[in-house]
Amino acid sequence: MAEQTSTVNAWPADPADLIPAGRKRLGWGVLAIATLGLLAIIVVQILYKTEMSTVGFDTWRPVVYAYVLWGVALGAWQVLTRGEDGQRALFLLPALLFTIAMVIFPTLFGFYIALTDWNLSSFSGRRFNGLDNFWQMLADPYYRNALFNMVLYVLAVLVEYVIAFGLALLLNAQIRARKFFRVVFLLPLMLSPVAVSWMIGKSLMEYRFGPAATLARHLGWNNPAFFSDPITARISIMVLDAWTFIPFMMIMLLAGLQAMSREVIEAARVDGANAWQSFWQVTFPLMLPVSVTALILRVIFKLKLADIIITVTSGGPGGATDSVSSFIYREYRDRSNVGYGTMLAMAYLVIIVVFVTWLLKFASRFVRNVN
Amino acid sequence: MSVQTTDYTVSEIRSPAAFVASRVFIYGALIFWAFVCLFPIYWTITTSFKSAVDVTQGHLIPFVDFTPDWKGWRSLGLSPDSISQTSTVRDEFLKRFMNSVITSVGASSLAIIIGSLAAYGLVRYRYKFAWFKNEDISFFFLSQLILPPVVLALPFLVLYREVALLDTRIGLVLLYTLMVLPIVIWIMRDQFNSIPVELEEAALVDGLSIWGAFFRIVMPIALPGMVAAFILAMVLCWNEYFFAALLTSTDAKTIPVMVASQTGSQGINWWSMAALATAAIAPLAIIGIALERYLIMGMTAGSVK
Repeated sequence: MAEQTSTVNAWPADPADLIPAGRKRLGWGVLAIATLGLLAIIVVQILYKTEMSTVGFDTWRPVVYAYVLWGVALGAWQVLTRGEDGQRALFLLPALLFTIAMVIFPTLFGFYIALTDWNLSSFSGRRFNGLDNFWQMLADPYYRNALFNMVLYVLAVLVEYVIAFGLALLLNAQIRARKFFRVVFLLPLMLSPVAVSWMIGKSLMEYRFGPAATLARHLGWNNPAFFSDPITARISIMVLDAWTFIPFMMIMLLAGLQAMSREVIEAARVDGANAWQSFWQVTFPLMLPVSVTALILRVIFKLKLADIIITVTSGGPGGATDSVSSFIYREYRDRSNVGYGTMLAMAYLVIIVVFVTWLLKFASRFVRNVN
Repeated sequence: MSVQTTDYTVSEIRSPAAFVASRVFIYGALIFWAFVCLFPIYWTITTSFKSAVDVTQGHLIPFVDFTPDWKGWRSLGLSPDSISQTSTVRDEFLKRFMNSVITSVGASSLAIIIGSLAAYGLVRYRYKFAWFKNEDISFFFLSQLILPPVVLALPFLVLYREVALLDTRIGLVLLYTLMVLPIVIWIMRDQFNSIPVELEEAALVDGLSIWGAFFRIVMPIALPGMVAAFILAMVLCWNEYFFAALLTSTDAKTIPVMVASQTGSQGINWWSMAALATAAIAPLAIIGIALERYLIMGMTAGSVK
């Protein structure tokens, strides 16, 4: 025995063996009581809400408290019955229980709402109507238009990427006051898109007096209405969004450039490559992995685009600038149509999951080929 | 950074003329983009000091084009002459401001706490919940990033009404925590990965428990990463509009919602609008400039190997 404990690997082989049976029983008891308590409260609430019993709470909030307590009991059960392994599980449990409660349940509930005819402003309340919302969605030209706009908005990321790469190269060049420029270039990302798009979209780009409109007139555009015809309005929204998010890609690309070894570029220069060649044949290929990460993250953020559109154009003119999120937002705000709006959102979720999965697969192949 | 050895620059340039041309181009582009970034902010701040005529005539430069006036700030009750008087607008503004502070600080703190713990666990230990291993759990957390707010918004609207969390700050805090948790876990995983495991092994040998080693040894080292994640989470929560617009109405309304709802019946009061926008962006602009290093650290975590 003494020999064994003196070696380095002499940790207890199975820590569960060292835990007394009484402690294990206590652990199981705690878990059993907590689970029964949680189930009991849920059952009482269901009975009360369906008016089969008079005992219960006005809201479901006690169930939330019961869930939190059950989570604590789950942690205690892990530590009591599994010792050190249980302590390790404790690191992960809070985030896991939180995310499951906040995502899985609402999403499942969302799929149920999507199958109901539920308008908050009508008196009839919730009514199950199967796939009606789905058929309505397929025939909805405004939703198709919003999806098409999302394609355009996502494609605009490529232009943002080119600008961001250019800025990153500028910041990586031999310049004075690098820190000043970096802070200034980063600033748009930190400012509230709502406040800024209000000031840019509604006043800076104002048709009559906005400085941007005045500048456009000087440059020879006689009728600088940024938000009145569909194509210009879309471009204006893209510009506003780009203004906010270009710094995000710029910073990632800059970090990539700074992590790149100077010797590689030096070697290219010594071999006689000019700046243009050394960029395309050395810098750009080496930057591909970082570029792909930046692009994917940016696309994911782009797919959530809503607040700028809601504040500046409310989807106008005639729904031309709507993103899916802003369209659903108005479906709820203007028409209180919860059931149909949720169906649109769930369909969007499915599309996004498929698209992003494809994007990740595509990107991983792309990056591996280069390496 | 700005000091480089001269032989590098010498190898870069071909002739004095080309050197001057490239300098002019580089600084021209830098100054142009700095202008693009700063002008909207300049416009916002100056507009808050303009009267209606100055706005509609597009006057730009204070003291030359127009005489600055505290008009916008007076309408918010925050100008020097109105700050001592009672003002319902100011009370309203301060309430919204505090809502924003409480929700963003609360959500960021909660996300940092549970996110760091989860990230640490995922980096150091092997888990197996049913058939889910570490990679699956990591993917589960990070995949929440894809989830657009609009998918959760309507179910939450209904659920929050049932649990009486609609229009409460707690409700917003929980949602914002969910929103920033994947980012926090992403950053902190990267942080913990860079800490050598030998440190904790030594601590365990010295008799610390697993949690003791985490709090006494690992946390202090990972603190800069936590600050970075916290700042990034703060920025996202402070600027969040979609959930706040849908889930709050009177009590828990945040600053972005207040800004967006300023279109009055008599048209837009540009000066008060601009003052409000300035007040909404000022805190983050200050934080961003002061803690820019951490912000960059957070954004580049994990992207550059």
